[in-house]
Amino acid sequence: MMFSDILQDLLEEGLPLLGEHIFLVAVSVTVAAIIGIPLGLFIAASPRWRAIALGIANAGQTIPSLALFGFLIPLPWVGGIGARTAIEALVLYAFLPILRNTVTGVLNIDPGIRDSAVAMGMTRSQLVRLVELPLAARSIMGGLRIATVTSIGTATIAAAIGGGGLGVFVFRGIASVDKWTILAGALPAALLALAADALLGIVERRCAVE
Amino acid sequence: MPEPLIEFRNVSYAAGERRILENLNLQVLAGETVVLLGRSGSGKTTALRLVNGMLQAASGSVTVLGKSVPDWEPERLKRSIGYVIQEGGLLPHFTVARNVGLVPELEGWPKERIQARVDELLHLVGLPMEVYGSRMPRQLSGGQRQRVGVARALAADPPVLLFDEPFGALDPVTRAELQREFLRLRMDLGKTSLFVTHDVREALLLGTRIVLLEAGRLLFDGTAANFRASNLPALIAFQEGANDVF
Repeated sequence: MMFSDILQDLLEEGLPLLGEHIFLVAVSVTVAAIIGIPLGLFIAASPRWRAIALGIANAGQTIPSLALFGFLIPLPWVGGIGARTAIEALVLYAFLPILRNTVTGVLNIDPGIRDSAVAMGMTRSQLVRLVELPLAARSIMGGLRIATVTSIGTATIAAAIGGGGLGVFVFRGIASVDKWTILAGALPAALLALAADALLGIVERRCAVE
Repeated sequence: MPEPLIEFRNVSYAAGERRILENLNLQVLAGETVVLLGRSGSGKTTALRLVNGMLQAASGSVTVLGKSVPDWEPERLKRSIGYVIQEGGLLPHFTVARNVGLVPELEGWPKERIQARVDELLHLVGLPMEVYGSRMPRQLSGGQRQRVGVARALAADPPVLLFDEPFGALDPVTRAELQREFLRLRMDLGKTSLFVTHDVREALLLGTRIVLLEAGRLLFDGTAANFRASNLPALIAFQEGANDVF
């Protein structure tokens, strides 16, 4: 077998896996953002709700990822083998940085600005839309960036429960003790993470107000 | 006697254990500029915030435009009152024009009407729309930000304006300039204002009436001439203190 043949095999199998990987991460981060950002905006004002929500999110983060994937498999309704279960686990991990950065972003807004916005007669929803969301945008984007980068790494474990993605190469390489196959999964995942970090970092800086 | 636009009746306010206002009685009539004068901690800012519903009186009643504050819909009340604070309190992510047009925007005015109003107001405060409209607040000087703050407060043509030490952070020259502008605008617009300051000279210059607060109690309520002539010990102390400063 020629080296070019090996490379072609790798590409033929690898590109769909890369696509699966991106799909897993994109869906997970999107779902986590849809839940995390509104929840963060909502709880930021209350110290009690803040402590409860961040505590739960933090606890979720401490479960080792491989164990979490394993725990989810036997659960009825939400569990089973495949991409859906993997996405659920990834959402759980992506949730904390998004929630935490949304809360931090809102809390860092100068109280004088919020005060004057209320004194102008803004309703609660106008305050969120016109003041809190735009002024917390940079911090929220930071949370999305961290969530995306860590999810790209964690998503390699999805292959362990039949979720697909670049982890397929990694696990196959481990099973066959073949460092090149491991690398075929690990290297693109690492490059993907770096690219996402750089790209979202640019977006993040553009969200800055001052 | 004309109906007062703002009326405090036996108003008290406390924050926890600390009593901030005690039994305040005060009326502001149409066209007046009533200056609330006092040291920090005298309760003057609290009194101001009771008017636009940012705070609620613990006892007694505050009536604005003939309606008790708790009977107002909170946003409606705030949009009916212009509010100017130190440094203008502008939204840092809005342009000057959008800051000025904020209350009309909240009120859902049509775009062209907001634009015309913003244009008119920026001219009124000496910051032409063509030059300043698209700037961000951070690109303005402190005095310019304060002018924008005044324009914003006037945007929806509120009958009553509240000023919370608006010129306190400015250098003396800019402050004097803005005080003159304030007097000119009052002549032109005939608005009714409640103005908070700790600066006796500012109070004497701007107030048609001066109300001295100390530790939450009203010590004096009268014209600037009466204030100068008065020989209440606390008043004399306050004026001497002011003379030391200037």
